[in-house]
Amino acid sequence: MNPVLDLGWGDWLYLLTHFLTLSLLSVGGGITTAPDMHRFLVDQQGWITDPQYTSSIAIAQAAPGPNILFVALLGWHVGLNAGGLGWALFGVLVCMLGIIMPSTILVYVTSRWSHENRDLRAVRAFKLGMAPIVIALLIATGWILARAHGDPARDWPLWLVTALSALIVWRTRLHLLWLLGIGGLLGWFGLV
Amino acid sequence: MADTSRSVERTQPKSLTDLFVSFTVLALQGFGGVLAVAQRELVERKRWFTNEEFVEEWAVAQIMPGPNVVNLAVMIGGRYFGVPGVLAALAGIFTAPLVVVLSLALLYAQFASHPGVIGALRGMGAVAAGLVVATGLRLATSLKNSVMGIALNSVLGVLGFIAVALLRWPLIYVLLGLGGVSCVLAYRLLGQEARA
Repeated sequence: MNPVLDLGWGDWLYLLTHFLTLSLLSVGGGITTAPDMHRFLVDQQGWITDPQYTSSIAIAQAAPGPNILFVALLGWHVGLNAGGLGWALFGVLVCMLGIIMPSTILVYVTSRWSHENRDLRAVRAFKLGMAPIVIALLIATGWILARAHGDPARDWPLWLVTALSALIVWRTRLHLLWLLGIGGLLGWFGLV
Repeated sequence: MADTSRSVERTQPKSLTDLFVSFTVLALQGFGGVLAVAQRELVERKRWFTNEEFVEEWAVAQIMPGPNVVNLAVMIGGRYFGVPGVLAALAGIFTAPLVVVLSLALLYAQFASHPGVIGALRGMGAVAAGLVVATGLRLATSLKNSVMGIALNSVLGVLGFIAVALLRWPLIYVLLGLGGVSCVLAYRLLGQEARA
């Protein structure tokens, strides 16, 4: 257990404003601001430890739901270090409100505007022009996730699982949870 | 493509409860990123979007700050029910997963080093990577009707893939640079189409 942090209201406010700022910088998803959160929480303030930071990201990636929930876990750990479960829940609230609120308000306003002006040539051009790029980004994301498997020569069973699941999802309507379950079982028994 | 998307009746969220429940179901299935599930649930099951509309909304969600799927929830909720819709969709996407994540955090210390758990996470990660690739391939069919044509769309898509996956350029440069060029091309082509 870490030594108990002594956080005042000023510190909590500082935490909130830092995350409010990061929210507006999180183009491409919250994960793009993760390195700065490490710099702020671990290096600069010393509010959470390195293992707490790493496990926050690992758990959020493994769990169902938006990966941005790693931010909730960062807040959870800050609160835990500051004095217990009640503060941990407060930390979740502070960090999540900070990271979600500004971007949500911006998206709400923008999307209403772009929907009302959807027949404008510029709005249509934006959507048509971005479409191939956005689709390419998706396939690239899958590629990067697969690359994390490591060396194709040694870890080929993992690559095979990725390729097969891509093929099955592309060509059939099998429920995604079946595939995830099968992947989990193969991994549990050490087959991939 | 135009025929299939037209013959399929599009629907919309019925109520705030419908939004909340739909996004809860969606979020709880999203291992390793919610996008693959979002396409399945919102386009193929719920039919709130056609594939084309989904890609368009996704482009807006992608270019704005904030997690894409959260932005998508804000956009859908806001369009049909205003601010209460936004809150219902966000509550759906966060509440149940938050409970799961916090429970896992409490358990994690005990099971993080269990070889079965590590293996299962590896296996599920491999499947999740495949799901994301397949979603991209499925959505690519929505480009067929685009004013930019198949050839231009393919070139732009391949360039985007190379920049992000192989060269590992920062996302923001690809979106603003290549995306910007692509939008200008689309703008000019729309102008030609209008004149023709």
